[in-house]
Amino acid sequence: MELQVTNSPFTPEQAELLNRLLPTLTDTQRIWLSGYLTASIQTGGNTGTNAPVPAADTTVNVEAAPAVSKEVTVLFGSQTGNAQGLSKKLAQQLTSQGFDVTLSSMGDYKPNNLKKVQNLLVLVSTQGEGDPPDNAIPFYEFLHSKRAPQLADAKYAVLGLGDTSYEFFCQTAKDFDKRLEELGAERIVSRADCDVDFEEQATEWIDQVLSALGQAQSSATAAGAAAVSGTTDTTEAAAESPYSRTRPFPAEVLENLNLNGRGSSRETRHVELSLEGSGLQYEPGDSLGVYPENHPLLVDELIQAMDWDGNESIVINKNGDHLSVRDALLRHYEISVLTKPLLEKVAGLADHEQLYDLLEEGREQDLRNYMYGRDLLDLVQDYSLKGIPADEFLSLLRKMPSRLYSISSSMQAAPDEVHLTVRKVEYEQHGRQRYGVCSVHLAERLEAGDTLPVYIQHNENFKLPHDASTPIIMIGPGTGVAPFRAFMMEREETGAEGKSWLFFGDQRFATDFLYQTEWQRWLKDGILTRMDVAFSRDTDQKVYVQHRMMERSRELYEWIQEGAIVYVCGDEKNMANDVHLTLEKILVQEGNLSQEAAAEYMSNMLQQKRYQRDVY
Amino acid sequence: MVQYEKYPPHDAPHSDVEDIKRNSQYLRGSLEETLKDPITGSIPEDDNRLMKHHGSYMQDDRDLRNERKKQKLEPAYQFMLRVRASGGIVTPAQWLMMDDISHKYGNNTIRLTTRQSFQLHGVLKWNLKNTIREVNDALLSTLAACGDVNRNVMCNTNPDQSAVHAQVYDWACKVSTHLDPRTRAYHEIWLDEEKVIDSRDGVEQEPIYGAVYLPRKFKIGIAVPPSNDVDVFSQDLGFIAIVENGLLQGFNVAVGGGMGMTHGDDKTYPQVSKVIGFITPEQMIDVAEKVVTIQRDYGDRAVRKHARFKYTIDDRGLDWLVAELHERLGWQLQKARPFQFDHNGDRYGWVKGVDGKWLLTLFIENGRIMDDGDYQLMTGLREIAKVHTGDFRLTPNQNLIIGGVTSAKKKTIEALIARYHLTDGLHYSALRRNSMACVALPTCGMAMAEAERYLPELMTKLENQLDAVGLRNEDIVIRMTGCPNGCARPALAELSFIGKAPGRYNMYLGGSFDGSRLNKMYKENINEDEILSTLQPIFGRYAAERNEGEHFGDFVIRAGYVDAVYDGRQFHA
Repeated sequence: MELQVTNSPFTPEQAELLNRLLPTLTDTQRIWLSGYLTASIQTGGNTGTNAPVPAADTTVNVEAAPAVSKEVTVLFGSQTGNAQGLSKKLAQQLTSQGFDVTLSSMGDYKPNNLKKVQNLLVLVSTQGEGDPPDNAIPFYEFLHSKRAPQLADAKYAVLGLGDTSYEFFCQTAKDFDKRLEELGAERIVSRADCDVDFEEQATEWIDQVLSALGQAQSSATAAGAAAVSGTTDTTEAAAESPYSRTRPFPAEVLENLNLNGRGSSRETRHVELSLEGSGLQYEPGDSLGVYPENHPLLVDELIQAMDWDGNESIVINKNGDHLSVRDALLRHYEISVLTKPLLEKVAGLADHEQLYDLLEEGREQDLRNYMYGRDLLDLVQDYSLKGIPADEFLSLLRKMPSRLYSISSSMQAAPDEVHLTVRKVEYEQHGRQRYGVCSVHLAERLEAGDTLPVYIQHNENFKLPHDASTPIIMIGPGTGVAPFRAFMMEREETGAEGKSWLFFGDQRFATDFLYQTEWQRWLKDGILTRMDVAFSRDTDQKVYVQHRMMERSRELYEWIQEGAIVYVCGDEKNMANDVHLTLEKILVQEGNLSQEAAAEYMSNMLQQKRYQRDVY
Repeated sequence: MVQYEKYPPHDAPHSDVEDIKRNSQYLRGSLEETLKDPITGSIPEDDNRLMKHHGSYMQDDRDLRNERKKQKLEPAYQFMLRVRASGGIVTPAQWLMMDDISHKYGNNTIRLTTRQSFQLHGVLKWNLKNTIREVNDALLSTLAACGDVNRNVMCNTNPDQSAVHAQVYDWACKVSTHLDPRTRAYHEIWLDEEKVIDSRDGVEQEPIYGAVYLPRKFKIGIAVPPSNDVDVFSQDLGFIAIVENGLLQGFNVAVGGGMGMTHGDDKTYPQVSKVIGFITPEQMIDVAEKVVTIQRDYGDRAVRKHARFKYTIDDRGLDWLVAELHERLGWQLQKARPFQFDHNGDRYGWVKGVDGKWLLTLFIENGRIMDDGDYQLMTGLREIAKVHTGDFRLTPNQNLIIGGVTSAKKKTIEALIARYHLTDGLHYSALRRNSMACVALPTCGMAMAEAERYLPELMTKLENQLDAVGLRNEDIVIRMTGCPNGCARPALAELSFIGKAPGRYNMYLGGSFDGSRLNKMYKENINEDEILSTLQPIFGRYAAERNEGEHFGDFVIRAGYVDAVYDGRQFHA
């Protein structure tokens, strides 16, 4: 087959090169090349500046494309894996209804293909201050740039994932929705903005999309099946476990200790949980979802403030399940944050004039100021909500969301166990002691022998290279070091020979050097090649990991040139941004790149998964 | 001059420490690099051996050891830093520097040692360099405060207002300087002096010590009778000032004392030194150097616990030593002169010196300078140092003398003493005033039991027993150490306790009040209840049966509790 722009994902230049090359290959060379390409795709792609679209999928699409098939492109932008999971589910349903599905991460998608798209389904989450997920950023920027093609012939729908307790709730989805409309595409289903408890709403949206896309095909095509078969081993293995986000596994606590030495202003819990009998599988880089309980003090004060009967039985869901008011507040509902939708519902229920006032248009800043750092107890006290019956009030609340923590262990090294590294959050605000729901639960009310509801959240965007000889650079101050402990355990267990370099930082060497003796052992045994540390409170000048990186800029650059993958985990607002700028600076300084070229280099690294971030 | 063997050949049997020293390039080792290693607060054991010669060694907070292990944290490594001053005399400015660095880099306390030195505890590796630099900036040093070299030279602190004190102190400083290591390693590592490539070796670089230094630590002390405050018989080399008609004639020379031993190894023992002759003051440096070289050449380099000078002498005989010394000197010592010691403790309170200036001896319990609740000892001394124009003298009994106080300044100092409730200890029992304890737990790596943290508590119980029999004001020298290495010179006390295991001690009786006789074990491995029940009847009999002026240590021998021990070789007999 002669490759052309129209029947392949290649540019005219690429197609020409390949057309010249391919006929000259012997069978052995073809087999070798196919293996080489497949391997490099699995490692995150080191073969070029643009990560390849899963070539096999597209090729199959083209070759098998039956005239009757309706083509659908499903693009996802996922940070923690939820949007990815939903996209796979959607693709499977589409495929089973006979659609010809192209499923791709935005990070892997070649924007040039956009102009050929007939049906585009976008599922995307929103991070922090309304930002797209890391690996969706280049696609997001392309679509919002002048280079974006007109999409007058395309139909589309957008699903957003987010958290109503953040100001810029589902902002990225909103942006895509608006932009696609601007580019002339036709919206076939209204955008759905899902809160943390997304399943129900997302399922509804998928159903709407399926019916809007018209008549289903009678049978699945081979092409479609192939298109969605790109799932990894772990995902398949996880599918075998009966436990999931909606049905968490009650994991027994094996150990729960404080990693910070005496005199520290920090408290970081190291929690070891048993997964025995769960069938749950994970890889280093994955996260553990945890369902915590609210602080009993807060629950009891709330019950008292509302004059409720804690023992009163109430219905907590559509299935008619019952819990006492106290248990429901402890385990089933979220009471530690305020959201605009909640305030609206409460205002409606109580027909509350002052709350209506606060929610009025033009007072957004007042509303934000009020909600910031306040919880349900503040609300009921500040707005004298006593008198609302428990069952009515509780039905307005969000279900307790799970918390995701980067797993700090390797299943290879600790079979049937999963370890967490969680910093206790506790502070005083608005005249009252505030407790981080999950971290304080772990720190104060969880002992060995207790159980904790958990599930595995796979994260395809934070993975060790399959090629064990690939060097890795790990930047993880504070609890950001968690996945790197998992990396080291894994590499030790599998005998990986690639070089590794860890940057760690915290407040004080003497008390806050998390997992210190383990790093020392890994260094001694050569599992960890280098380690640099920055302790900000030990010296007059506050020294952070990015300063250490800068001090080692030459060597860091050399590692990157050798193909090292750079991993960053931890605080997003400050650290991850500073580290990003530092990496750019190092590229400028050591690689003699212009500012723009350095930014481009970083962007390419992101796309090629040579720069992976797990930031929060 | 007679030629003699400088060092034993390296193929002779030797301990691993000898290899470390020999390969260290005159105490450098890999300290420069390992001090910088950011992943650990520790340094490797080899470098720690060398570090001692620089005046510091690594410890960890043993209270936290198990807890931190569970927390996946390395032990709370920290460094003890010993700052030496010959004869224990420092200026107010130097005192203020010590106070300052103890807060900046240490654990907010200063420990006065039994060898008239300062100890800082809790110095982190990253702060060592700044700390040592500031010490040197104040014209003090840590060099050779520990390690296989001559240690801080002790000298009588002149509570008895001897007119010759200034002369004796001057000789102490000269001997000390003469025996300082000459390696530039200290200045390169700590004071950023330029590295000198020096191809010279052995005696060329270290004229006295040579490339492997001494087989073990070496201690010198100078006493001025009637005070034996320096415990001159505990020193490897002791000088006893001979004063006639108010003039310093010279010194009696005593050799081969030493406290350390090992539990369960009867071949190790504490020893008192023997007087071998008399020298004039000008001969002191020559004698000190030659004695040190004898130990350098003949000391046991194979077994460290048998390497102190006392074993070198006991193994070969005192006659051999004297002959060897005479040969190296090229002249002979004179016959020893008579002398008389009355006591080895401190005399508290104000006294007027011969120069018309005042001295105030303060009681510092176990030598620990700290603020503790209402007792603002450290603050009080700092305030005094700010106005004081004389000196501070660290006594060999871990106490402190504020010396050289003019009559004009005395009132100011007295006001500060009163304001901060500092004390000469006269309201304490005589037992407490005559007490010493080593640091032991939690910082000392060798401690088997508590000492400094426990002795005050035990003493309160003993005081009750003494009160009951009317002995509250009877001076009894009591000492406690957490291990048998003997930092608080326990083997010379009238009553002492040497740690065996947590809460358990060996109890010794029978040292003499002037520090000339060793004590002897009376009970082994006993706990507090057993200590109290053992001592109660002995105190009772002492109160009832003692002769006029008879000291407790003498009484327990007369009463038959223990035999008198005048030679360490009888200590275990």
